[in-house]
Amino acid sequence: MLEVAGIVAGYGPMDVLQGVSMSIASGEIVAVLGSNGVGKSTLNNVLSGIVKPRAGSVRFMGADITGASPSAIVAAGLSQVPEGRRIFPNLTVRENLELGAYRRAGARMKSNFEHICDTFPRLRERLGQLAGTLSGGEQQMLAIGRGLMAEPLLLILDEPSLGLSPLMVEEMFNLVQRINREGLSILLVEQNVVQSLGIATRAYVLEQGRFALEGAAADMLADPRLRQTYLGL
Amino acid sequence: MSALILPAMLGGLTTGAIYALVALGLTLIYGVLHIINFAHGSLLMLALYGVYFLHVWLGFDPYLAIPIIAPLFFVLGYALQRGVIAPFSGGKEQNVLLVTLALSIVFDNLALYFWTSNTRTVAVSYAYTMVEVGPAFIPLPKVIAFFAAMLCAAILWLVINRTRIGKAIRAVAIEKRGAQLVGIEVEQTYAVCFGIGTACVAVAACLLIPTFYVTPQVGYAFVLVAFTTVVLGGMGSFAGALVSGLLLGVIEALCGLFLGETLGQIGIFVAFILILLFRPAGLFGQRTA
Repeated sequence: MLEVAGIVAGYGPMDVLQGVSMSIASGEIVAVLGSNGVGKSTLNNVLSGIVKPRAGSVRFMGADITGASPSAIVAAGLSQVPEGRRIFPNLTVRENLELGAYRRAGARMKSNFEHICDTFPRLRERLGQLAGTLSGGEQQMLAIGRGLMAEPLLLILDEPSLGLSPLMVEEMFNLVQRINREGLSILLVEQNVVQSLGIATRAYVLEQGRFALEGAAADMLADPRLRQTYLGL
Repeated sequence: MSALILPAMLGGLTTGAIYALVALGLTLIYGVLHIINFAHGSLLMLALYGVYFLHVWLGFDPYLAIPIIAPLFFVLGYALQRGVIAPFSGGKEQNVLLVTLALSIVFDNLALYFWTSNTRTVAVSYAYTMVEVGPAFIPLPKVIAFFAAMLCAAILWLVINRTRIGKAIRAVAIEKRGAQLVGIEVEQTYAVCFGIGTACVAVAACLLIPTFYVTPQVGYAFVLVAFTTVVLGGMGSFAGALVSGLLLGVIEALCGLFLGETLGQIGIFVAFILILLFRPAGLFGQRTA
């Protein structure tokens, strides 16, 4: 459903991504792994239309979305839950979720809203509360819930486990698996290598703006290079 | 003397309502776009001329001109943000400041060129009809202005808090990236917001002209008070602009009563300095670290 070919992108004189190609098939969880500053968020921002690539192409559901506007990309069914959550702190939890359906799936807002409240009972308890007053874990739930409100076909999750307690991290990965089983394809961008590979179908390892490794998640876990670089084993 | 104080305060409230309406437009634009709109006063001046010419050429009553002038100025504000301010400022705040200042200079001088510096007034039949309000007699246009301005403020509040575009405006104001990622078109939302702010000024012009006048420089008198109102209320605060607008109207009227009509505005700025001494973030402002 997503084919990325030869993406070059960056800021100012710097190319952060130096020719990145990848693909995601329907129903997959694909992990993009890498440490800080290798270009993971830049890749997400190219896919979401926030950063325009200097070269290369992005195709989604058969259509060319290279350089399309963020709102057109959301409308096409590609949503991102960004790093740092980026929820609306001055709006209530309910309003945050409603705005998730701003560009897409507005007609089914009520039923999606109920479904998301069932998935995240903690949010249902706090619907009238300002989102800025939620705990970190709850804010992450809200950010994911807001992303789901648009009924995306592909959901990008940028570092969903960042800043969460180990228990919440566990819950987060279980949740990602659960929404994937409901039929949603997921691009999981993470630093948390072991847990990401545990739930992913396939994975890419990003280093210095290029993919250094790619393959089935199970093979990756056994790869000596990966074990050495990221796990210190 | 005390028999004069209450009537003066009531009269001040009617002026204050106009201050509040002008300031609401300004504070909305500041709160969402984070820019200080120096052209706000000039847009008020243009709207005053708009109402004036509608009256003189086509015989429109100033109040009946609201449904024409307000949408027109919404479009004007939208187009200014989309076509001039956003492209010429390149996203840098110091540039926005200069662009809006430049717009005000251009508007003021075009007005001077086309319409000369003559003071013009609209003569309506009911300008001196007095209405008994408690202990006071207040001119009918001022009473209308008060209630219409409050109605506008209420509508604006409903739009911001209860509608889809209002939600988008509040989202963009504080979390631009998050708004982009749910598919809100940020530039368009900015322009809508600028349009709404400009429409506020246009309504204020319609309410103002039966008891006021228009010259190319008329904007300055209001924009200074409007900036004061916005800062006093707390930058970007809706309730703050409303309350401090009314408050400044009353203070001005009382000072006018005690110091003489022409010195009324001294009170506004004395009150401004005193209040900010004790509440540096303004009446409703949030303290930031």
